[in-house]
Amino acid sequence: MVEIMEYSTDLLNALLWSFNFLILPAITYGSTLALGALGVTLIFGILRFAHFAHGDMMAFGAMLSLIGVELLNHFGIFTYPIPAGLIFLPIAMVLTALLAIVLDKTIYQYYRSIKSPPVVVVMVSMGVMFLLNGLTRLIKGPELTPFNETRTFPAHQFDVEQLMERLGERAIQIKTDFSTNQEVVRVSEPEFVFFTVRQFKEAVGTSEGFGLDLIQLSTVVLAVTIFAALYWFLTYTWTGKSMRAYSDNEDLALLSGINPKRVVFVTWLIAGSLAAVAGTMYGLDKGYKPFTYFQMILPIFAATIVGGIGRPQGAILGGYLVAFSEIMITANYKKVANYLLPEKLEIASNLQLLGTEYKFSVSFLILLLVLLFRPTGLFRGKVL
Amino acid sequence: MKQLRYQASLAVLIVLIIVTVGVQGWTVALSVLTVGLISGVMALGLNIQWGYAGQFNAGVMGFSAIGAIACVLVSMPWVTATMQNGLETLSQAPDGYEQTISMLKHDIPRRLTAEKNIGIAWLLGAASAIAAWALNRTLRHRVRTIWRVILVLVVLIIGLALFRGRFDSAIRIIESTGYGDNSKYLGGMQLPILFAWFIGGCLAAIAAWMIGKIALGLRSDYLAIATLGISEIVIALLKNEGWLTRGVLNVTGLPSPVPAVKALQVAPYSLDVKTSLIVNKLAFLGLVVMLTVLFLWLAHRAWHSPWGRMMRAIRDNEEAAAAMGKDVVFRHRQVFIFGSFFLGVGGAMLATLVLQFEPAGYQPLRFTFLIWVMVIVGGSGNNIGSIVGGLLIWFLWVQAEPAASWLFYVLGTIVLPENSALAGTLLERAPQMRTLVMGLVLLIVLRFAPGGLLPESLQRRLK
Repeated sequence: MVEIMEYSTDLLNALLWSFNFLILPAITYGSTLALGALGVTLIFGILRFAHFAHGDMMAFGAMLSLIGVELLNHFGIFTYPIPAGLIFLPIAMVLTALLAIVLDKTIYQYYRSIKSPPVVVVMVSMGVMFLLNGLTRLIKGPELTPFNETRTFPAHQFDVEQLMERLGERAIQIKTDFSTNQEVVRVSEPEFVFFTVRQFKEAVGTSEGFGLDLIQLSTVVLAVTIFAALYWFLTYTWTGKSMRAYSDNEDLALLSGINPKRVVFVTWLIAGSLAAVAGTMYGLDKGYKPFTYFQMILPIFAATIVGGIGRPQGAILGGYLVAFSEIMITANYKKVANYLLPEKLEIASNLQLLGTEYKFSVSFLILLLVLLFRPTGLFRGKVL
Repeated sequence: MKQLRYQASLAVLIVLIIVTVGVQGWTVALSVLTVGLISGVMALGLNIQWGYAGQFNAGVMGFSAIGAIACVLVSMPWVTATMQNGLETLSQAPDGYEQTISMLKHDIPRRLTAEKNIGIAWLLGAASAIAAWALNRTLRHRVRTIWRVILVLVVLIIGLALFRGRFDSAIRIIESTGYGDNSKYLGGMQLPILFAWFIGGCLAAIAAWMIGKIALGLRSDYLAIATLGISEIVIALLKNEGWLTRGVLNVTGLPSPVPAVKALQVAPYSLDVKTSLIVNKLAFLGLVVMLTVLFLWLAHRAWHSPWGRMMRAIRDNEEAAAAMGKDVVFRHRQVFIFGSFFLGVGGAMLATLVLQFEPAGYQPLRFTFLIWVMVIVGGSGNNIGSIVGGLLIWFLWVQAEPAASWLFYVLGTIVLPENSALAGTLLERAPQMRTLVMGLVLLIVLRFAPGGLLPESLQRRLK
């Protein structure tokens, strides 16, 4: 009886460990990937080219939110416990969608009008990628900037005590700037955490546990809300239906009186705003860095193709699939194995299929496998 | 008209070079010219794939990195041999080096065993892969698919376990021992660097053959995404397999095919500092020019040969070419391999020019997409255009930064108030202007001159 009890605690610990180190991060990361992949799959389905500039569009959206946060902090306003990036998300969405539409009107539209082959449009999107890449780096720099970076203010600018009460004592440092001999306040806004790993362990009494913070939760909730809204939009509204019709058969859709300009407009609207959401949520979690977003086109393309091109439900599934496999293949299962195996078989070495350095490569291996064995993807999408 | 374009672009290049010499001096001009020409060779390789066959290869970075690693593997000294030499030298005058000597005496046999183990591990891995392949073949129509898959997987997993068992401990020894600057990895074969360039091209070609097997059946967009991904995997491997490539520690001091600056300053040359710098760069440039001319001649002959005509026929209408009895799949793979050879040689030359191999320096924007801009701007399907595009775009890429710095400086001093924070930030961000400029150039060329500066000389691509 005691043995069974002991074993079930071990099992619980193994589960908790997996939840904290595999499932929770994979769900958060997968949500951002899925949001990005949704945009790419819509563009793939309706405009029929691989949008290479999507990562930089995400960076652009994240940059807008970050600028908003910095402005707010500049005036001494801290929105703890709500992350300020979330407050600026709607504005960033609108502006990024606007950017996408402006880019379409000025650049992509011409190639549609002369009916150039998709390869040329891909190349054009490469040019846009360079352009946006340069733009974001020019405006906000190429460095890693967390949304809640430590920011310095002159001490007289606001009521320090009140702020300390709200943000907690550890968030605020008062120092003397030796170059100007003025008192300055260094504020690093904390992230709101529901409970930490340690609190969980103390409350439940297990040796493993997991923590949950507001950003993780809001990423998942926001993503699921957007999935539902998009599903509703594509299934039940006139515009959504016309978009699907256009994606399935362009000529037939045109014949039945669907306005292609409107379809394209809405596509960019959705793709742009989703890119802003994905970029901002990823930035809130891991910090803003243009190059990371640029690299994210790889897993996003993988998610799109794995799910099936032009299939929104496929993009969502693909996003989570890529995120889970990236994290699960590069995880170290030593702890889980030691919980599950009897004590005599204790494993001392690392139990890892691939090093974490190969995280990005995993998504590509999946992509290659899908391209080779099921080019239509899981949901039987288009083959371009 | 056609002649005029060539003359004009030649004139522009000459003017740019003269201006660079005047403003920034000979050394800068020679560096820009050398890297520009090497980029031109890479653009030529890409042009063979894109211009001749319409293949969208977005994995240029991977091929050039493979070329660069070939320089390390072929031309760097074997680290264990360096250690043995070091031990011999130190043993003759052991005062003060006792610790190093005992360390070397301890490490050398361990390294030799580790090297043997790495060899055995790879043999075991290869044997299990072959066994799995053979098993898969023999069982194909004899047992149910599920059993076959399970059996093959079991063989592969046993092979992996055998491989990892020997390999992991061996590379830990390799990565922790050494003597001198370039140690803690296997080292190379200490052969001439020019041979390494050739091997670099061959390795890239072999990689292209393997990638072609996987990815060439895919349509253009897919091929771009797949090659982009494969090139990222190649870079990840080079960054993390420290036993072979020294990883993020970088391999420095690659041998140069031309006499080093220091060597030119002593007998028998005895040049002064400034001349020696220029002579060194000139010699390298001469070598690059020779190779460029050779490659250009080869590409030119290929383009105008029946083979080139056949490739264009396949590019413009695959079905028709197949109906005429051309083996489309084979030809696609062939041209992919030819182009990749050039990319590999280009990558090897670049690594030799800077005398170091730095895996972290490989970024798709610089090594893949910039080469694409060169091909498009130069004119896809035109070999000379690729070289011209390489030189022009490289010039722009290098000079965009000082130009932007100057522009922002002027802006900061005239338009903005004195000592404003914005002026400082702008100056700091000036290097980022280059990507913006590249984007603009690419978009403008694609919109207003889709054929590039020097359009394809024969019949235009069918719309």
